[in-house]
Amino acid sequence: MNFLFRYANPHEFMRLSGVVLPFTVIGTALCLGAGLYLGFSAPPDYQQGRTVLILFIHVPAATMAMGVYGAIAVCSLLSLVWRHPLSDIAARAAAPLGALFTVLGLVTGSLWGKPMWGTYWVWDARLTSFLLLLFLYVGYLALWNAIEDETRAARAAAILALVGAVNIPIIKFSVNWWNTLHQGETITSGKLAPVFLAPFLLMMAGYGFLFVSLWMVRIRTSILERRARSLMQQGAA
Amino acid sequence: MNFDMGLYGAYIWPAYGISAIVLIGVTLWSIAAWRRAKAKLSRLEKK
Amino acid sequence: MSPFATLFLRDVRLAARSGGSAALALSFFALVATLVPLGVGADLRLLARVAGGILWVAAVLAALLSLDRLFQGDYEDGSLDLIALSPLPLEMTALAKIVAHWLSTGLPLTLLSPVLALLFNLPPSPTLILFVSLLAGTPAVSAVGAIGASLTLSLKRGGLILPLIILPLLAPAVIFGAGAVALALDGLSSGNALGLLAAFAFGAVLLSPFAAAASVRLNLGG
Repeated sequence: MNFLFRYANPHEFMRLSGVVLPFTVIGTALCLGAGLYLGFSAPPDYQQGRTVLILFIHVPAATMAMGVYGAIAVCSLLSLVWRHPLSDIAARAAAPLGALFTVLGLVTGSLWGKPMWGTYWVWDARLTSFLLLLFLYVGYLALWNAIEDETRAARAAAILALVGAVNIPIIKFSVNWWNTLHQGETITSGKLAPVFLAPFLLMMAGYGFLFVSLWMVRIRTSILERRARSLMQQGAA
Repeated sequence: MNFDMGLYGAYIWPAYGISAIVLIGVTLWSIAAWRRAKAKLSRLEKK
Repeated sequence: MSPFATLFLRDVRLAARSGGSAALALSFFALVATLVPLGVGADLRLLARVAGGILWVAAVLAALLSLDRLFQGDYEDGSLDLIALSPLPLEMTALAKIVAHWLSTGLPLTLLSPVLALLFNLPPSPTLILFVSLLAGTPAVSAVGAIGASLTLSLKRGGLILPLIILPLLAPAVIFGAGAVALALDGLSSGNALGLLAAFAFGAVLLSPFAAAASVRLNLGG
């Protein structure tokens, strides 16, 4: 816990992120580049043909969508319970990224589904859960934007994020239950052949590095914006 | 690298295309916001 | 009389006096139940199949209508500040409001549901299941709704965001509730579904007062 609070100071964060950012950017480029190269060089999958390539961008996007919400939930907890100063900024910065990952997960999932199942949309458990997750993100962002007072908005959004986080396992469970009720089987992806494992993991890592990089940039931007605002208030005083 | 997608090209390329557009787009947006914030701050600090 | 009971009765009376609440919810519920067949056609077999889902969604939406006023009346005239300072914990206040809300929306909706099920050609056994599911599930709508109402307390047009916030959270209730009816329609046992619904509602009513109270405190400037 002390570790987290050492970098709670905006100054410290700016310094630390300034050092780390070049590395995460390089990591992003290397992982995505290598992943794409290996992925496109591999032979078509026995069962899924070329469509396995969509999995390389679908699963990372979907995983990030869930992961980012988890990160927002953690930040919300830090904000509400320990009053960690940067956690509000961090949560706000992550939210649009998470929402976009969710959209990408839905779009790529739909495009993967058409050749596999025949339709652009199938109410299978995973896609349906992601659709609900998207609404959770939209509600979160809407609440942030609607409340004018920044501190209040941050706290309210934090409460909403935590309520959502508690609800997500319940939603997933209920959607799975609903799916077996109405369709009798889950139409999710099967196993991945070993030759695809390396590019797949590289793409996962690449998406992760991308998120961290963008997240840091956005947090840094928010810190600068806050400094500018306080300078303006001082100037006006 | 093998770019022959057979029938599936109609799905694979849009998937990659949309992902690329969105991810590159949000990257550019974030960088632009950073630059704007930095410029504004240095203007204010010069006063 | 205990503080809880006093507050509780006050809120119930307020809801009853504004008369609006129950009547509005019931009218909306009935209207949706009327519009859907107009929209999907009068095929009685089709209507019976969708009855559970349609009526559940309609009930949730109808219960939503009065939610944004849950705390706002007291907030605007300052009584919420006083209530927050009273010896009664804010969580109990939230619970009282949740119960009062359910009595003025969820319960009437449940009571009307068998009549509307008739419009959908739902057989007696699934209709009973529908009734039970709404009885068990609508408290969850009031509970989760209270969280949304307290979060959007200070917003002038919070009513627009409120459904956006709480509807995803209510997906499990709709799934289990309508699922129970669908199972009954197929002649299968709904016990499982109703049990899951009851568990969800129980958890919601138990935990949401804490979230709602925290949100109220936040908006009162705590």
